[in-house]
Amino acid sequence: MMNNTGLSSFMNEFGNWVIPVVILIIITAGLLKKVRVYESFVEGAKEGFNIAIRIIPYLVAILCSIAALRHSGAMEFFASVISPFTEIIGMPAETIPLALIRPLSGSGALGVMTELITTHGADSFIGRLASTMMGSTETTFYVLAVYFGSVGIRKSRHAVPAALCADAAGILAAVFVCNLVF
Amino acid sequence: MINYIWFAFLAAGIITAAFTGRMAEITSGIFDAANVSVELAIGLIGIMSLWLGLMRVAEDAGAVRFIGRLIYPVIRWLFPGIPKEHPALGAVLANLAANMLGLGNSATALGLKAMTELQKLNQDGDSASDDMCAFMAVNTSSVTIIPATIIGIRASAGSNNPTEVIGTIIFATCVSTITAVIASKLFARINRRRRRAE
Repeated sequence: MMNNTGLSSFMNEFGNWVIPVVILIIITAGLLKKVRVYESFVEGAKEGFNIAIRIIPYLVAILCSIAALRHSGAMEFFASVISPFTEIIGMPAETIPLALIRPLSGSGALGVMTELITTHGADSFIGRLASTMMGSTETTFYVLAVYFGSVGIRKSRHAVPAALCADAAGILAAVFVCNLVF
Repeated sequence: MINYIWFAFLAAGIITAAFTGRMAEITSGIFDAANVSVELAIGLIGIMSLWLGLMRVAEDAGAVRFIGRLIYPVIRWLFPGIPKEHPALGAVLANLAANMLGLGNSATALGLKAMTELQKLNQDGDSASDDMCAFMAVNTSSVTIIPATIIGIRASAGSNNPTEVIGTIIFATCVSTITAVIASKLFARINRRRRRAE
């Protein structure tokens, strides 16, 4: 218990230090190399606005299609179809919606995870599995839309299948390791 | 690929909603999503500008090139299209580091910087390069080592041991990242072979 609170406060402290220290290192390196740091910063920062605006159409396209899927109940239906198969590998039916929504929506997945944890308890098997699944995969479609959108790439080629393979592997690995450890 | 997925999400959603009687929900859901997209993009402007500014200072100081040279041996294998000492190396590394630390929007800003650099190396305007696909796969496989949000939620839900999932998360995330690397390499090879056959 002691050890554990020590670890989490250490990580909080560590998190607080990272950004300021990185900033200090960068500007010090700049000054030592005789860079006009302020002007150089402003020059680089100018691009921020354009990049953020450029991703809007891609985000609208992806997030609207995901919203249609989420609000229709299609995912619950799909989850009920595949639940007999996932039970075999040790994945409780309750966690299927989380696995399905994780690549689609970050806030949605966070909501589902929080709900699972509060309903079943953080220290239940479902709670632990939900935490692991949440931490080991990413909001694939959002990331793809934003990253490719920012440079105007429309043909994503094998990025989507490769990323989805990784997501599936992450979910299966989470199920496997949680069954093993907890 | 993305065309079919996009179509499938919308069509499956609308057709299911017709059966479940949720037409009103998906209408408002779609409109909300459009608004949220703009909010997300606008919300990025500040952090985006901050990191692009700092990255420019680091670039002008030669730090990006220096870091790039240090990690080149590893990166060369993952992203064979990036030449030595190219600014893309430093940006890719900065993004992966920010992701590992769970820095959210900062990671996104640095990732977009990396994409800008990769796009400069891309010969095929609106089509993703092999390096971009590899970068995206690694990126979306989540390489977090400090899952701060998850630990926070567990703690507030009254867990006796909020941090006990760190080990399982690191295991699962390693599996997904390794799969990402293998899958993107494999698909790139299949694509190349198919193009040669044509």
